Formats: sequence, C-alpha cells, structure tokens
Amino acid sequence: MLKTEEIYKSYRMGAAEVKVLKGVNLIVEKGEFVAVVGASGSGKSTLLHILGALDRPDKGVVRFEGRDLSRFGAAELNRFRNKMVGFVFQFYHLLDELNVLENVFLPTMASKSILGWLACRRWAKDRARQLLAQLGLSDRAEHKPYQLSGGERQRVAIGRALMNQPRLLLADEPTGNLDSATGNVILDILEKLNRNGQTIVMVTHDQTIAQRAGRIIKLVDGKITAGNW
Amino acid sequence: MYKILLATRYLVKRHITYFAVLAVALCVFIVVVVMTVLTGLVRDFKQKNHQFTGDCVVGTESLVGFAYYEDFVKLLEQTDFIEGISAVVKSYALISPLGTDQNIGVEIMGIDPVRHSRAAGFEQTLHHHKKDVERAFEPIYDPNLPGCVLGVDLALERDAKGNYDYGSSPARIAIAVTCFPLTAKGAPGRAGLGEVNTSTFYYSDTSHSGLARVDSSLVYLPFEQAQTLCGMAGPIKRANAIYIKFKPSIKLDTGCAKVATLWQKFKQEKAGEQQADLFETVAVQSWKDYRRAYIAAMEKEQTMMTAMFILVGITTVFIIFVVFYMIISHKSKDIGVLKSIGISNLNIVQLFMGFAFLVAVLGSAVGACSGWLFLRKINQIEKWLFVHFGFQLWDRTIYAIGDIPNQVEFDCLAIIILSAILACLAGALLPSWQTMRLKPVETLQVSRL
Repeated sequence: MLKTEEIYKSYRMGAAEVKVLKGVNLIVEKGEFVAVVGASGSGKSTLLHILGALDRPDKGVVRFEGRDLSRFGAAELNRFRNKMVGFVFQFYHLLDELNVLENVFLPTMASKSILGWLACRRWAKDRARQLLAQLGLSDRAEHKPYQLSGGERQRVAIGRALMNQPRLLLADEPTGNLDSATGNVILDILEKLNRNGQTIVMVTHDQTIAQRAGRIIKLVDGKITAGNW
Repeated sequence: MYKILLATRYLVKRHITYFAVLAVALCVFIVVVVMTVLTGLVRDFKQKNHQFTGDCVVGTESLVGFAYYEDFVKLLEQTDFIEGISAVVKSYALISPLGTDQNIGVEIMGIDPVRHSRAAGFEQTLHHHKKDVERAFEPIYDPNLPGCVLGVDLALERDAKGNYDYGSSPARIAIAVTCFPLTAKGAPGRAGLGEVNTSTFYYSDTSHSGLARVDSSLVYLPFEQAQTLCGMAGPIKRANAIYIKFKPSIKLDTGCAKVATLWQKFKQEKAGEQQADLFETVAVQSWKDYRRAYIAAMEKEQTMMTAMFILVGITTVFIIFVVFYMIISHKSKDIGVLKSIGISNLNIVQLFMGFAFLVAVLGSAVGACSGWLFLRKINQIEKWLFVHFGFQLWDRTIYAIGDIPNQVEFDCLAIIILSAILACLAGALLPSWQTMRLKPVETLQVSRL
C-alpha cells in the first residue's frame, strides 16, 4: 500500500542544516500495524508527516497505492489527506470551539459543499455517533474537549481520523501524553482497528508500546536499521 | 459549511472578538449620528435657501437693477411651465426706529407679497399674516399705515429654547428707512438734493426664513415704495431680480434652460432700447447657483467631515488588523489541524474572511441600531441636558437651528454599513492571507505547544 524510496529530509536550524532522514526505504502492506521506533530526534515524526503528505521529502519518492505523492497537485493532496489518511497526534489537537461530535465529523464536513453537507449530514452524524459508541464515548457527544480527560480526547481524535474511512491511519506518539493505563486503552483500540483490517503506522519512542504492533521498524539517525522488508 | 460553523463559533467563543465588534459598532455609531445630523443641517439649509429664492432667478448683483422687467414678466406669464413669478427690488438701507438714535444697516427687498408667495413661499415665513399674505404690509393696529416686514431677528429676541415671543400683534413701531437712490448709470439719484431718500414704515409682521443672515438683516417693503426709495421708479422702471417657481413636473435644469433661452431672445429684441446695456450684468441662475456662496460653505464642512470619517475608517481597519492578527496567532494549531484533514489554504483564508464579515455585520448592526435609537431621542436628550445642566449642542440664541435633524437617510446608512464591512475585510485580509504560509508540520510540532 505504502512505499518510500530513498527518502531524504533536512531542516534549517539557524545557520546549520540538520539532516533528519538519510535515505529511508519503507514498505507498509495493507492491513499491517507497523510501529516506527526511535529516540527523540531520530526522524520518526518527520517520516510520519512525509507518509501523510503533511511534509515533502527533499529527495526520494513516496508511493501510495502505486501513485507518486510528489506528482499530486495541491487539490489532490488535500483530497488525499481528507480521504486516504487519518492522523492521530500526540496532543490530540481537537478544535476547542466544536463539541465532540462536531470534531469527529469535521473531516466529512470539510470535504463537502454546503448543499453536499445538507444532503449527507444525517449520515455523517450517524457515522460519527457510531464511531463514538465504538470508542466508548456515546455520552460525551455534546461535550467540549476541555471537559474530557486526556484519554477521552485521544479517543475523539481517533474517531476523527477514522471518520472518512481512511486507507491508512497514522498515529504520532498517540500515548505520549497519557498515563500507562489510559495509554493501554488507546493501544487496545488501535489493535482492535487493525484486527478489523485498518492499516496503521504508529510512531513511538517506547519499545513496550511498539511491541503491541505487528511489526517494528527501528529508525536510528535517519536510517532504518531493523524491521523493514 | 464548516466555515460557517467555525466562524460563528469563533465569534461567540473568542472574547477578543467582542472588542473588534465594539470597535466597529462605535465607529458606525459615530458616523451614523454625525453624518445624519450634518446631512440634515445641510439639507435643511438648502431647503430654506431654495424656499427663499424659488427655483430660478433672473437677476443682477448691481444695485442699479435692469429695465423692462415688466415686459419679461409678461413673457414668462405666457409660458406653461411656470407657477409663480415675482419681481424684486433689492438694495441696502439704514433703518432707525423713530424716537431713537439707533441706526442699523439692513438689506431691503421690495416685493408684491402675493406674487412673492407664489414664487418663493413668502407667506410661510410670516407670523401674523400667514393666512392673509395680501395684507402683509398692513399693520394690524392701523391698516392704513405703510407697513414693513422685518426679519425675525431684527424685530424679536430668541429665548434659550429658540422660541420667539410674537405677541398677539406686532408692536406699534415706526421705522425710518433711508436709502441711496441710484440712476440707471449708477450715479447718485439725488445729487445736490440731500442724496438720500427716507420714508417711514410701520412694523406690520416678521419673516422667519430660517436663514440666519436673512432673518437678522432683511426688511421687506412694498414693491413700488422700494422702487421709489431706490430711485428705480422713473419713466423706465427698474428691478433687481425676478424670482421664478416652476410647476412641480418641471425639472430644475430644464426649467432654467427654458428661462435662459427666453431671456436671450428677450435681450436680443430689446437690444436697441434705452438702458438695454443694463442687461449685460443680468444672469439666469438656478437657486443652487444663486445661493452658491452660502451653500458652498456648508457643503465644504460636509466634505471635510466625510474626509475625517475616512480617517475613522482607517482606524477601524487597523483595529481589525490587530485583533485578527492576535486571533490568528492563537489559532495556528487549529489551522494546522484543518490543513491536516485536507482543508485547502484558500478555504482557510475564506474561513477567517468569513469570520471578519460576521464581526463587521454584527458590529454594523449594533452601531446602526444604537445610532438610530440615539437619533430618535437626540432632541429629548438635549432638552433634558438643557433643563438639568444648561447644556445645548447649539446655543439657540446664537444659531438659527430648531430641532436637531435626526432623520436617518437609508441610502447613507447603507453606504456606512457597506464601508464598515469593507474596512473589516481589509483589516482581516493580511492576517488571513498569512495563514497560507503556515505549515501544518510546524504548527503541530510538540515543541511549539
């Protein structure tokens, strides 16, 4: 499903250039649960952002279902981010002005015109409620993010990421801001999603969390050192 | 749809937007109130000037006047587009109430009161003879005496509320009117014979035109007697102007053009006659051109006020710019999230511009409604302030103003609201455009939280 070929990426930090990825080759098959493990600064979040088209590599190719992402125009990239990929961030990144239900169905609302939304809003709200039910948040639909615990917020973020039934779920340190018990709940959810066929790439610095995935890829100094095909 | 949802939520939830709404409301309120009052004053002033002169004036600034005015009046009476015609004698004189040493320089206007009412609404300005204008120059206390109508500020004093005490009839006051008669050549008419003409008139009524200069310095006299005083009653009679009122269906420019054509023809016909050279100084003017010198000053104030309000608009733009810059700086995380779920840069710009539009509409609505309410009560507020604190916006003993104008003109209001909306959109444009440069990767980085 997802393949990267010789991905290079560097950033400018003041006068210095920091090389973050130094030729990363990665394959993720459909239905896999892959954990990318590395120390802080190893480039794992950068890799995740490139996989989800939030950032562009300096060199190399990212292919999603055979298509080169670098050839996508702006509109196509937006469609890709909206429909093909779901992101789960370490700090949830929910919109404070929207309630839980609205945060979950936001990706669908974002892809529709006003008339399109009016035509499908019932379906979208039903789907959002379904997702919340699966995530154990049915009674929190009308709450605002500030009224939720960290674990609940992360579950809402997962619901938002799944709203448009993406082919690929990208999770950047999804338990990084949670205690171990709550983190385990999140990991249980990810495992369950994967058992139901969801392809997941998760980034973490924690080896024990990575063990919950089906395959572990080690990223050291911008290169994959283990776990790749 | 998400743009509407988020824009309305930002409007309601972000308290800083209330400052932006308040700024817009305040600016709109100020502009609505000041422009309404000023526009009302200018409109009233123009109306009063229009009423004073009729629609069109065929006249000369020369004190000598021009001849054959009666023939031209007859010509005008034969047309079908004129409703009223009044020949007028105008000059300067000294008036002195008999038995006093007072001498006041005034302007005198000799008129036929009935004709002048048809041409220039004269009867509307009278007090005692409003309903019997043909007797305007007949004092109530003795109709046989030669009467004169004084500008209201010459005869009476205004109280602090702007009212005059007319009494049931005018006081019996004899007034000596002294004038320099002039010949058709402009020379003194009584050279070697005392050089002045003096006649005694009796105060018969007041005229309140609402024009401060007119009400404080104009004396109306019967036409023929004014002609005699000014030396214009010789074998070839003269007048200084002919005031004309068109029928309601006739447009001002069209009517004036027709009168000008008639006058040119008349001039040519009279070209060889005696005193025909006096026609050279005669002009045909609409009331706007005739009173240009007085109206222009007010219009200039209005223009200056409009220019000042453009500065107010620039201030609004700047306030909105600052508020939106602050809001968008705080919303960088949200912008990153929106981009990560596939919302385009342009849609994010539209989101914030829509937000600015809501701020503008809400602020304009609040400002316009408050302005309208305030204007409805402005005269009561002023009266209350005057009764309790002795404060008046305009001292009515000095300014010839009645009630403060408070009629909101809706096309003016629409322009103000539209300008406020455009100002808000202009202020929000740059901060909104800057969101295009925000990279989701940067805004969502842990280190930036």
